[in-house]
Amino acid sequence: MSDSRDPRTGEPIPEMCADPKSAENSPRPPARQALMTISKATYFKEAALKNLFLVCACVAVAGVALIFLFVGLEGWPIFAKVGVFNFLGGLKWYPTKQFFGILTLIVNSMLAMIGALAIGGPLAVGTAVFLSEVASPRMREIVRPAVELLAGIPSVVYGFFGLVMLRPIVAHVFGGLGFGLFTVWLILAVMIVPTIATLTEDALRSVPDGIREASYAMGATKWQTIWRVLLPAAKIGIIDAIILGMGRAIGETMAVVMVAGNARVIPDGIFKPFLTLTTVIVLDMPYAAGDHRTALFGVAIVLFIISMLFVAAIRVISRFGKEMS
Amino acid sequence: MSDKLPSHVVTPGAGPAYDHGDKFKVEKLDFFYGGFNALTDISVSIKRHAVTAFIGPSGCGKSTFLRCLNRMNDLIPGTRVEGRITLDDHDVYGSGVDPVDLRRRVGMIFQQPNPFPMSIYDNVAYGPKLHGVRKKSELDAIVEESLKRANVWKEVKDILSRGGLTLSGGQQQRLCIARVLAVEPEVLLMDEPCSAIDPTSVQKIEDLMAELKDRITIVIVTHNMQQAARVSDYTAFFLQEVAGEPAHLVEYDRTASLFTTPKDRRTEDYITGRFG
Ligand SMILES: Nc1ncnc2c1ncn2[C@@H]1O[C@H](COP(=O)(O)OP(=O)(O)OP(=O)(O)O)[C@@H](O)[C@H]1O
Ligand SMILES: [Mg+2]
Repeated sequence: MSDSRDPRTGEPIPEMCADPKSAENSPRPPARQALMTISKATYFKEAALKNLFLVCACVAVAGVALIFLFVGLEGWPIFAKVGVFNFLGGLKWYPTKQFFGILTLIVNSMLAMIGALAIGGPLAVGTAVFLSEVASPRMREIVRPAVELLAGIPSVVYGFFGLVMLRPIVAHVFGGLGFGLFTVWLILAVMIVPTIATLTEDALRSVPDGIREASYAMGATKWQTIWRVLLPAAKIGIIDAIILGMGRAIGETMAVVMVAGNARVIPDGIFKPFLTLTTVIVLDMPYAAGDHRTALFGVAIVLFIISMLFVAAIRVISRFGKEMS
Repeated sequence: MSDKLPSHVVTPGAGPAYDHGDKFKVEKLDFFYGGFNALTDISVSIKRHAVTAFIGPSGCGKSTFLRCLNRMNDLIPGTRVEGRITLDDHDVYGSGVDPVDLRRRVGMIFQQPNPFPMSIYDNVAYGPKLHGVRKKSELDAIVEESLKRANVWKEVKDILSRGGLTLSGGQQQRLCIARVLAVEPEVLLMDEPCSAIDPTSVQKIEDLMAELKDRITIVIVTHNMQQAARVSDYTAFFLQEVAGEPAHLVEYDRTASLFTTPKDRRTEDYITGRFG
């Protein structure tokens, strides 16, 4: 074994074992073995899997691209015909009389979203704080599935509930028919709770326990720890959650159409009926033709762009958050 | 206090320069994690304005005992304490005692540096703000003073608005010390504060412990015998002799005596590295 020499110095490499007797019967150190070559079977399996996943990803991307292309091609002519400014800035939506202004619808969608967020946001964040910081494990096991179940209820069921249960109550308490902004807010608020609550809870849970301990060890109460350390630490995740909730509220159609009352004006009170970007499509599409139909696709383009803006906002905020810490 | 020796100068046989009496007095303490009796029959007094080291093999309940002193164990469901702990002769577990106020007076440093994900300044200002300091000038003064006492001011004075998590591990640990010092605790409990950080920071932390001693009582858990010998005036040796059985206090003495002439065979075995 003394034939092995260090390539740099030419010195014999000292034996690994100090005991000469055991050195005699011990085999060469395994480090000298040649490296194994990759087997053909493994190679093909790896390559096949990689391509399989690539195909899955491509289907998703292709889906988005195709929808965008389709909606874009169908809706594009309306912008050309009435002009971007008139389309987005016009207050009158009377397609049969050639008025294609969707500003009313944009404003209404925003109104619905903002109110839903104002009610549902705090409710959801509060739920998340309860689940992550306050509830006993037992309590958590009851409340969390309930919240998750909220996400699983089909929106038509929310709409139905709103129409049959909530609308009469609102009508009874506040007068009127009960259709309108306020009823939509309540329904949408409940619908966005699971989205925001689940993601906020994840964000709170990902705050390391050491930080909680540090705060308590400084003589902070639970409330102070939640308010001053945990919520700020989870801020980015919570903002993301809220933006996703906003997306859900803007995009919701079925539940809204059943309780909104669907008047083509900007409501002048919170109990007044209104029409949104999504509900106009579901209401008008069955009979729309010609420019009217094209205009509805134009509305879809606007919805598409709004949701792209939300996704972009989340990306920007996440990157910003990473740079901050 | 100018005639006092730096604490890391250990003269064999000599104790700390002064005995200021007991800060904590622990009598017949038993501690339970649910059904598991982790500590039994611990009686020890922790001297005011001195550094006390807890040593012992892994899993012998040093951290558990430390966390009894500021009632951090209250946060773990199912834990129970028997016996008595007094802080300045007041029962720590007495009825009506607010653990939140206790923890303000008895600060804690953890093994893993755990700064909040906020700026260096806000980390240190966190405690004072919590306890009602609002004036900016006052906060500025506290932040500067605390960072100085924690031996980290020079490194961070120009980057106070940067995130605490951007600092090195050793700097983070000193930032955490500053954060605790900002609420003027009477006691500082340190659970292996130096085991996850660089040697320069270790040196700085050992130095600041010596400096803090004349205002604060310090308890430190360490696996490093040299460190215990260097920084502490008193040492307590804990041992769990049989797995599953509760751990107990084997020997407690002035550091110099415990390390040079241990009375118990098991202490001697441990400090000479024969087991543990
Ligand atoms: N949250 C807990 N629940 C149940 N048992 C625990 C818990 N924390 C610690 N223990 C147990 O209590 C005993 C003492 O643990 P402790 O962490 O106090 O030891 P330690 O001396 O600090 O050890 P180390 O030197 O490794 O930090 C161990 O047997 C441990 O398994
Ligand atoms: Mg420990």
